[in-house]
Amino acid sequence: MTTTTTSINNLERTSPTRRIVMGILFLAIAAAIWFLFIQTLEPGVETTFKMMPSGSGQDIPDWIFTTVPVLYVLAGVSLVAGGYQLARGFRKRTNLVLGLVSGIFIFAFLTWATADGSLNLAGLIRSALVKAVPLTLGALSGVLCERSGVVNIAIEGMMLTGAFVGAFVGSVTNIWLGLLAAVLSGGILAAVLAVLSIKYKTDQIIAGTIINIFATGMTSFLSAKFLQVYQELNDPGRFPTIDIPLLSDIPFIGPILFQHNMFVYALYIFIILITVGLYYTRWGLRTRSVGEHPKAADTLGINVFRTRYLSVILGGFMAGFGGAYFTLGSVGRFDEVMTAGRGFIGLAAMIFGNWNPIGSFSAGLLFGFFDALASKLAILRVPIPSEIMLMFPYLATMVILAGVVGRGQMPAADGQPYEKE
Amino acid sequence: MSEKEKKQDTKKKDAGKIFLEEVSQSPLTVTILAIFSGLLLGGLLVALTTEDVYRAFNVSIWEGIKTGFQAAGTTYQALFYGSFGNPSKIIAALQSGEAEAIRRAFNPFFESLVVSTPYIFAGLAVALGFRVGLFNIGAEGQLFIGAATSVTAAIYLEGLPTIIHVPISLLAGFLGGGLWGFIPGWLKATTGGHEVINTIMMNYIAFRLSEYLLRGPLKNPDGFTPVSAPIQDSAKLFRFFDSPIRFHLGFFIALLFAFLVYIFLFKTTWGYTLRTVGANPRAAKYAGMSIVQSTVLAMFLSGGLAGLAGANEVLGVNYTLALAFASGYGFDSIALALLGKSHPTGVVLAAILFGFLRNGAIQMQVLAGVPVDIISILQAFILAFIAAPAIIRTIYRLKEPEIDIDAVTLRGWGGN
Repeated sequence: MTTTTTSINNLERTSPTRRIVMGILFLAIAAAIWFLFIQTLEPGVETTFKMMPSGSGQDIPDWIFTTVPVLYVLAGVSLVAGGYQLARGFRKRTNLVLGLVSGIFIFAFLTWATADGSLNLAGLIRSALVKAVPLTLGALSGVLCERSGVVNIAIEGMMLTGAFVGAFVGSVTNIWLGLLAAVLSGGILAAVLAVLSIKYKTDQIIAGTIINIFATGMTSFLSAKFLQVYQELNDPGRFPTIDIPLLSDIPFIGPILFQHNMFVYALYIFIILITVGLYYTRWGLRTRSVGEHPKAADTLGINVFRTRYLSVILGGFMAGFGGAYFTLGSVGRFDEVMTAGRGFIGLAAMIFGNWNPIGSFSAGLLFGFFDALASKLAILRVPIPSEIMLMFPYLATMVILAGVVGRGQMPAADGQPYEKE
Repeated sequence: MSEKEKKQDTKKKDAGKIFLEEVSQSPLTVTILAIFSGLLLGGLLVALTTEDVYRAFNVSIWEGIKTGFQAAGTTYQALFYGSFGNPSKIIAALQSGEAEAIRRAFNPFFESLVVSTPYIFAGLAVALGFRVGLFNIGAEGQLFIGAATSVTAAIYLEGLPTIIHVPISLLAGFLGGGLWGFIPGWLKATTGGHEVINTIMMNYIAFRLSEYLLRGPLKNPDGFTPVSAPIQDSAKLFRFFDSPIRFHLGFFIALLFAFLVYIFLFKTTWGYTLRTVGANPRAAKYAGMSIVQSTVLAMFLSGGLAGLAGANEVLGVNYTLALAFASGYGFDSIALALLGKSHPTGVVLAAILFGFLRNGAIQMQVLAGVPVDIISILQAFILAFIAAPAIIRTIYRLKEPEIDIDAVTLRGWGGN
C-alpha cells in the first residue's frame, strides 16, 4: 500500500532527529520481516493470492510464489532504505519512502500470513475500498468544515441522521428523493452547528457534541416509534451495482475500482472536485485563508462569516450523503446507531490525511484495509486477535497527532470563533 | 458588576426592579429556563409523534390541541411515576404495612439514585477537565477501562475482608481510568496532540480492548456469552435495603468524591494552579506554574473519576462486567458537566436530575410507549440552551449580564 505517502507528503521539514528516527524505523521494519516472518517459516512453503474478487466475471490465474525468497527481497529493500536514510537521508522524499516501506511491511505481512494457504488479494483490496467509502465521505465533510476554521466533531451525528432520513424518505417516495433528503438533513444539522458556533460563538466541540446527542436520540426515537412498527417505512431498496463500460474490463483493477454502486463513483468525483476546488479556485483560496487567518482574510474583503456558513453547510451535505450510503448503498434499511462510530473514524482519517481530500481518501483506504483484514484474520495464520487489529486506525491517528513520524498541518484558526472588530 | 456599582443602582431603582434584574442576570435562571424549555420541546415532540393527535385534529383544532396536551401529560406523568414512584401505590403500600410492598413502592426513587451515581463520578471527571481548559471527551473509554481493572481486582483477589477488598477494587478502577486519561494528558502536554481527538481515539481503543478481554482473558469460563465471572462477595458495595432496592454505598462515595473535588479545586494550592492554567495558561506560565504537570495531573484525575464510575457500576450494581454495559455515559457526562457549570455542587444536582430522567424514561417506555431515547433529545435541547445562553435570553427577554463568568473556554485544535 503506497497510500500513506500522500497523506503526509505536504511536510517538507526535515530535522536531523527525524532523519535518524526514520532510518531506525526502516531498519526496524527490515528486522521485523526477518525475525517475525522469515524465521518462523519453513523454506519451501508457497503463498497463493487470488487475483479477482468473487463474482467479477474475469478470469485471472492465481498468483503463486515461494514465500521465503520474496520476504528476503522485501527485507532487503527495507534494509537498504534504512541504511541510505541513516547515511545520506532521503530529504524531501522521506515521506514517500516511509509510505513505500510501510507498504512493503503490510505486503510482507500478508505474504507471511498466507504462507501455505491462499488469500483473495483482489477481494481484500476491493473490500477495503468499500469500507473506505463512508469513512472518506465523513473525512471530506470534516475537510470542508475545518478548512474554513470550524471544527466538526458532529460528522457521526450528521451521518446517522442522513442514514435515517435516507431510509425513511426513500421508503415513502423513491430512492433518489431519499438520497436528496439525506443530503439536505445533513445540511440542516450543519446549519445548526454553523449558527451555534459562528453566530452564538458556542465552543465548537460542545456544539458538535450537542448535535451528536441530538442525532443519536432523534433517530433512535423515531426509529423505535415508527420504522420498527411499520416495516414498509424502512424498506428503501438499494442503489444497484453499475459496471463502468471498458474500465471495468481492465484485469485486476477493473473489478476492484469500477464494479460498484453509485456511491463509490460519487466518492471519486467528490475527491477530485474538492481537491480542485480547494487548491485551484478562488473559492478554495478564500476558504483556506478564512481557516488560516480570518482577520487577514476579512481585511482583504472576504466575508468570513458567509464563507464559514457555506463551507460548514457543504460539509453537512457531504456527511448526509455519507450517511445515506449506510441505508441506500450498503444495508438497505435503517438500524439504530448503525454508523457505529464511523463518523469518528472519518474524523481520524481527516487528521491522518492532513486535512486534504486525497490524504483523507488514502487514510480512509488504510483504515478500511485494516477493517477488511480484521474480518479475514480467522482464515489466516495470524496470532493477533481481530479486536487488536481493529485498534490500528485509532493508534495510527494518535501517533500521527503526536508528530513522531511527521505532524499534520491543521488550519491555524481551526476551532476559533471569529469576532469582527 | 462590582459592589460599588450595585450600591449606586440601588439608590436609583426600587427593590422589586432590582430583584427582577438580579434574577434575570443570574446564570441559575438561564439554567432553569433551559431545563424548562427542553422539557417543553420534549412534550411538543411527543405530541407531534402521537398518531391520535393527528386523528383528533381531523375532528377539530381544539380537540387536536387537547389530545396533544394529553399525550405530553401522560408521558411526563409516566416519567414522574417511573422516577419517583407512583403516589397511590406508595400510599397503598404504607397502609398495607407489608415490608416488601413498601420496598417495591419506593424502589423507583432509590433506583433513580442508583442511576445517578455513575453520572456523578463521570460528570465530575468532565468538569474537572473543563476547569483546567481540557475537554475530556473520553469518559466512556475511561469508564470501561476502570470497570475492567476494578472487576479484575474484585474477581481475582481472594480471601480479603470487605473493608480492604472494596477500597482496593475501587482504587484499581481509579488507576485504570486514570491511566486512560493520563495517556492523552501526557500526549497533550509533551506533543500538543489535542486531547479531544486523542480521547475519542482512546475511547474506541478501550471498546476494542474490552471486547478482547471479555471474549478472552476475562471471560467467565463457565459461560458462553462475553461476560466476566461474578465478583467476590467481599468486593460488593454495601446495599442498604433488601431486594428489589439496589441502592448502595456508591451514592455516598460519589458525594464524598464531589466534596473532595471541591476541596481540591478551590481550597488547595494544586487546585488553584490547575484553575489558573485553565483560565489563562499564559499567565500561569508567567507565574511559574507548570502547564505540563497540570495538564497531566488533571487528565489523570479526570480519567480516574470516570474509572470510578465504571468501578461503581461493577461493584455496586451489576457484579459482573459485560460488553458496552454503559454506552452513552461519555456524552451524557459532558452534558452534565456543562449543565452543572463545571462546579461539583452543580454536577451533583445535574447528575441527580439526569438519573431521575433516565430511570423514569425506562418506565415511561413501558407505560406510555414513548421510546427511552427521548431523554437524549431532551438533553440535547437543554444543552443547546445552556451552551448558547443567548438563545434563552432572547426568547425570554432576559438582560445580558456584563460578564459571562460561566462561559466554558477551551483551547482550539492547535492546542497552543
